Amino acid sequence: MSEQNDPMAEIRASFFIECEELLESLQDGLQIMDEGADDSETINIVFRAVHSIKGGAGAFGLEFLVRFAHRYETVLDEVRAERLAVTPEALKVFYQAADHLSDLVRISRDNLPAPEERTQALLEALSAFLGDSDELADAPEEEIDFKPMGISLDLGTDGGDGPDLADLEGLPPLPPLPELDAPGTRHYQIRFTPMAELFETGNEPALLLRNLQALGEMHVTCDTSAVPELAQLVPEIPHLTWDITLETEAEEAEIASIFEFVEGLCRLDIISDADAEPPGTVIAAVDPTAPEMPEAAEAEVPQAPEGLSAPEPLPEQEKEPTAKPAPAPPKPAAQAPPTAKTIVRVDIDRIERLVNLVGELVINQAMLSQSLEQSGLSPHSDAMNGLEEFQRLTRDIQDSVMMIRAQPVKSLFQRMSRIVREASGAVDKDVRLIVHGEDTEVDKTVIERLADPLTHMIRNAVDHGLESKSARLAAGKPEQGQVNLSAAHRSGRVIIEISDDGAGINRPKVQQLAIDKGLIPPDAVLSDTEIDNLLFMPGFSTADKVSDLSGRGVGMDVVRTAIQALGGRITTTSQPGEGTTFSISLPLTLAVLDGMVVEVADETLVLPLNVVVETLTLEAGDVQMLRPGRNVVRVRSGFVPLLDLGGALGYRAPLEDMTGAVVLLIGQEDGSNAALMIDNIVDQRQVVIKGLDESFHRAPGIAAATILGDGQIALILDPSDIISNAMSAHLTVAPQTRAEGAIA
Amino acid sequence: MSLEILAVDDSRTMRDMIRLALLPAGFTVHTADDGVHGVEVLDGIEPDAIITDINMPRMDGFGFIDAVRGQDRHRATPILVLTTEAAPELKQRARAAGATGWIVKPFDPEKLVKALQMIAS
Repeated sequence: MSEQNDPMAEIRASFFIECEELLESLQDGLQIMDEGADDSETINIVFRAVHSIKGGAGAFGLEFLVRFAHRYETVLDEVRAERLAVTPEALKVFYQAADHLSDLVRISRDNLPAPEERTQALLEALSAFLGDSDELADAPEEEIDFKPMGISLDLGTDGGDGPDLADLEGLPPLPPLPELDAPGTRHYQIRFTPMAELFETGNEPALLLRNLQALGEMHVTCDTSAVPELAQLVPEIPHLTWDITLETEAEEAEIASIFEFVEGLCRLDIISDADAEPPGTVIAAVDPTAPEMPEAAEAEVPQAPEGLSAPEPLPEQEKEPTAKPAPAPPKPAAQAPPTAKTIVRVDIDRIERLVNLVGELVINQAMLSQSLEQSGLSPHSDAMNGLEEFQRLTRDIQDSVMMIRAQPVKSLFQRMSRIVREASGAVDKDVRLIVHGEDTEVDKTVIERLADPLTHMIRNAVDHGLESKSARLAAGKPEQGQVNLSAAHRSGRVIIEISDDGAGINRPKVQQLAIDKGLIPPDAVLSDTEIDNLLFMPGFSTADKVSDLSGRGVGMDVVRTAIQALGGRITTTSQPGEGTTFSISLPLTLAVLDGMVVEVADETLVLPLNVVVETLTLEAGDVQMLRPGRNVVRVRSGFVPLLDLGGALGYRAPLEDMTGAVVLLIGQEDGSNAALMIDNIVDQRQVVIKGLDESFHRAPGIAAATILGDGQIALILDPSDIISNAMSAHLTVAPQTRAEGAIA
Repeated sequence: MSLEILAVDDSRTMRDMIRLALLPAGFTVHTADDGVHGVEVLDGIEPDAIITDINMPRMDGFGFIDAVRGQDRHRATPILVLTTEAAPELKQRARAAGATGWIVKPFDPEKLVKALQMIAS
């Protein structure tokens, strides 16, 4: 058939991708409706999304998906026809149905068992809107006129007669037509008079006759007796009648099927004078519902009452021209501007491979430039100029490859809006999710791996962050709580914030709990930030009782671990009575980093370039000691905490004389600065991030590793982590070893 | 018999499937994403037959058929409506708009080919 490898599997895969897009526009549409819009185009979009999913699902025989989508679509059609108002209750069910539809899509994709109970419950909820609509009888199975049918593209064989064009097998002889007991040929007399409408719909008598001829031996005579005098002839009005005798083995239904499309557009008599097999000799042309059906060939047909193969019995003997229904009122043309972009779908593995290759290219380029520099070439030589160009190209390629992997966080955020709906329903809170920056693009892998931590944090915000309705009212807040979810690019990283307008972190309670659980000593003196960070300690849970929502044995420590695994950090801010904000800061990509290569105590290390605000060389008097082991450095008019990187990493003892050392001013996410002391800056270059294996455990302050141009391995640092670790070690009195783990 | 076909459907899956069904039969297949796009594509080709979906953004199938029939050179071009609904009133409506015939989705490739061969010369 086709040269491709299993094209159906490919289409199936692309169908599920399309489903994701359709589900996204479904969510968008519902969101717009939720915001009060009731324009017909929005409803049309919602309707079409469900409709298209149903259409595709039918093609792949995904019966329960079809069944659910069909009911959903039926209800949406009522809305579209303005027979059903979009009430908040209706919207709620629509959202649930959309959520369930997306579940069913994934279940179908992964060939999992269908969740019957939930499906049934939602089917009933949807049916409730149809009320007395006559389409909905009590037997839910019966009303579906749309039967899914697996399709086979093996054109060489019988395609499995479905409920569509079951009777159209006009041309080649078909195996599934069993010979009847009387296998002999039959003789048919057919009288066929086209009406004007037949031509208006693009049908062509000559083609119909040709199709008839394919069935057997045929003789045609044309009856021109009705043709008027030339003077009276109106070319648009047909006057011809054909008398056909046909000798064939074909069933009468098969002959009728040839005329299926012109049913009602012509006068048609089919008279069979074959053996006495069919009960009647004069048979309504397109009424194969006659009793011969059961024994006739199309055994599949009766199951599809609405299918074309068994056209609804028309009172066709009356030969009246089709009562034309009023032409469809022109639909409001949707004005959504077309996004005429050509899109190619590519297997992610191929992109992965490209990313890896580009990574190798970067390393290779670095090695080449290193060896060229060592060869003592003039910087103005052709080789060096060429190298510069090479560097630029490498960087462009890298950016372009990264762009392929970038995706807007929108799909992720849409999943979160579902989580909010489910979570708020479970704990009886009224919660509104407000989303910002959903077009922010982030590496696809990052998006995928963010789903779980984000889900957990959103659940937490609804469950723990927001107060109960009564508590909110008592505090003078609106009953409806708010959860904000935002994404933005900030200084080369992606910042995702989850905030609520709840009561804020109850710090005395958190601290007490930590003490009770033995996580910190009773006499620990902790700053607000440190208390907030206790939430991330393993084994900590603020809920007095484990609710069925967020108390699933997964704590914020798991969230933090997941974020850290992505090279990210998570920070907390909280105002009592006003709410809590969790801020996740992530690298844009997991593959490459603009790094500053430095030396400390004979070790080569890499820092992300974007955190280095400034570099300076220490002179005598620049450093002031607050207390032993705690220094600050003067930067212009202010003082910034100073940390010896060599000391912080345990490479060396505290230095006596710091004069001449190089200091990197590190910008922190909260806007403050800290200074890291190093020995020497070696270079600024792109490095390929190589993750550290799990077996190394997570060393505080170490983000990953890289291979330098000379083949040497260097650690990539997370300066913020180093600084906060070191600072907390200074601030907290006793519990530093434990609390350290909690401070990210 | 090789035919040149224009298929109009807003679902990529459906377009892919139509293409997959018709290419092995030696047909030439053009596709369009909706009615408006369909009219644009039609401008540059002379298809032997047109397949169109009904529910589409911007311009639906009825509007599309209307627009096609409105062009003199396509007054008799066969148009098959591809629809998930087998409801009689939908067929009637499609016919009133000028459709030649209809195929119910999900379609059987073999029958789609046959139906096209039957209506197109």
